[in-house]
Amino acid sequence: MLAHTIFFYFFSIITVGSALMVIASKNTVHAVFFLILDFISVGCLFIMIGAEFLGMIMLIVYVGAVAVLFLFVVMMLNVAEQKQSWFRGLKSTHIPVGLIVSIIILSEVLVVIGGWKYKANFINTDSIVIDSNFSNTHQLGSVLYTDYIYLFQIAGIILLLSMIGAIVLTYRKREGVKRQSYINQISRESKTSVDVVEADFNAGVKIDD
Amino acid sequence: MINIELGHYLALGGVIFLLGVVGIFLNRKNVIVILMSVELILLSVNINLVAFSTYSNEITGQIFTFFILTVAAAEAAIGLAIIVSYYRNKGSIRVQDINEMKG
Repeated sequence: MLAHTIFFYFFSIITVGSALMVIASKNTVHAVFFLILDFISVGCLFIMIGAEFLGMIMLIVYVGAVAVLFLFVVMMLNVAEQKQSWFRGLKSTHIPVGLIVSIIILSEVLVVIGGWKYKANFINTDSIVIDSNFSNTHQLGSVLYTDYIYLFQIAGIILLLSMIGAIVLTYRKREGVKRQSYINQISRESKTSVDVVEADFNAGVKIDD
Repeated sequence: MINIELGHYLALGGVIFLLGVVGIFLNRKNVIVILMSVELILLSVNINLVAFSTYSNEITGQIFTFFILTVAAAEAAIGLAIIVSYYRNKGSIRVQDINEMKG
């Protein structure tokens, strides 16, 4: 039980602190760094409370996809606070904050790995664990793919829609780019595209002048 | 204080939710920070669901956390796409500058 207390306060203090930094930090890039730290802390909390699969998904989806997407956009748009250029800046202010955040993340991961053996006495396992013979992933899958299969498929459609929406929103026509045109390709006929030419001896045929 | 119960997790979720809401209201910088605050709010909902799921011995809460995660990812993608196209058209994403609709 003491282990549970220690882990909870460790991770939740980091979570609240980094959430505060997300909304308080002047530099948007730092805010994204702290958002990543926040997601990782909550993922560790999930892992320790018994939702291992969700904790891992938290790391993979939120940190690996969403937060990095935020970082890309912040870097691409060159937001006003970010006066000195990201690329030519020898005195970049992002490196110290990035280092601090990475060190905290490393310590969190070490704590989770080290505390894995205390996981048993986190919660009173007699009443809490749903069925200790199956892992968390197994239980989730057995419910998700049977009882909630329609919701699962709707979730897939939502993701597809958001993908199409993002592409449509950011698409723009550029001049000077040769694009493939399916209509032109399909409607070509041999009459218009093949020419039979009488070739003179020793003179060759001039193509495409 | 020493025994961690369900209430501790709910308090954590509440604090993060409040921080997200405050981040939306007090934001004077750019719209991306507002999107990040929305992510914080969704995160707090996830904390609540997982805590309830564990303490009430029922896996369904974690299933719904999944769907919230899906929606959060979709929302982030669409929101960032809107921000990128707005930036292309207007050249700024500061909150003060976005007043096209006179809202």
